[in-house]
Amino acid sequence: MRLPTVLRPLAGGQSAVSASGSTIGEVLGELVTNYPGMGGQVLTEDGSLHKFVNVYVNDDDVRYLNQLDTKVSDGDTISILPAVAGGAVG
Amino acid sequence: MLRLPAPLYEQIVAHCLSALPDEGCGLLGGDPVAATVERCYPTENTAASAKLYTVDPRAHLRADLDAEANGMEIIGVFHSHTHTDAYPSPTDVEQAPDPSWHYVVVSLRDTHPVLRSYRIVRGKIDEEPVVVEGR
Repeated sequence: MRLPTVLRPLAGGQSAVSASGSTIGEVLGELVTNYPGMGGQVLTEDGSLHKFVNVYVNDDDVRYLNQLDTKVSDGDTISILPAVAGGAVG
Repeated sequence: MLRLPAPLYEQIVAHCLSALPDEGCGLLGGDPVAATVERCYPTENTAASAKLYTVDPRAHLRADLDAEANGMEIIGVFHSHTHTDAYPSPTDVEQAPDPSWHYVVVSLRDTHPVLRSYRIVRGKIDEEPVVVEGR
């Protein structure tokens, strides 16, 4: 699982970590168990995907698949990136 | 300080102009230690708005993978303000994703584009000099 720079300090500076599970939800659950500091960064209090991150299985954004129920297979690369947005409003 | 080669400066401004009337946006690949931009990744603004931008998430992944494959990192983001100053808005600050990034804002309000760069750490905005190299 590839981590963005902003989350690396919460994983001892690693840019990639391993996690297991049959769905994205399970894999992210293990990630948060192993690195509790990521809890509020990746998942919301109700357990859904945080709006400020994008999660991908290989090349695909899980929001366009089955969100946290997206199936993962052995060897898939999961990437987490920050959602990048803003603008002149506000 | 942000070091920005002149051809990439021109690429950023040209992309922002081409996105009008919407805000234009993209990512900056480079060396985080030297604060040098080495590659510019213009992306679609999926917000398709003159007042908001969202970097296309799949383009972000492609840029991130390309940067990594070429020994770089994504070190920042650029976007345009079509009718306001080249200064981060409260929305920009609230949604700034990474305190290590450089936040480049291009104002297209006046005749000539104005490009400025900022660090945004825990809600605090600090402008940094932009050195346009090679012109």
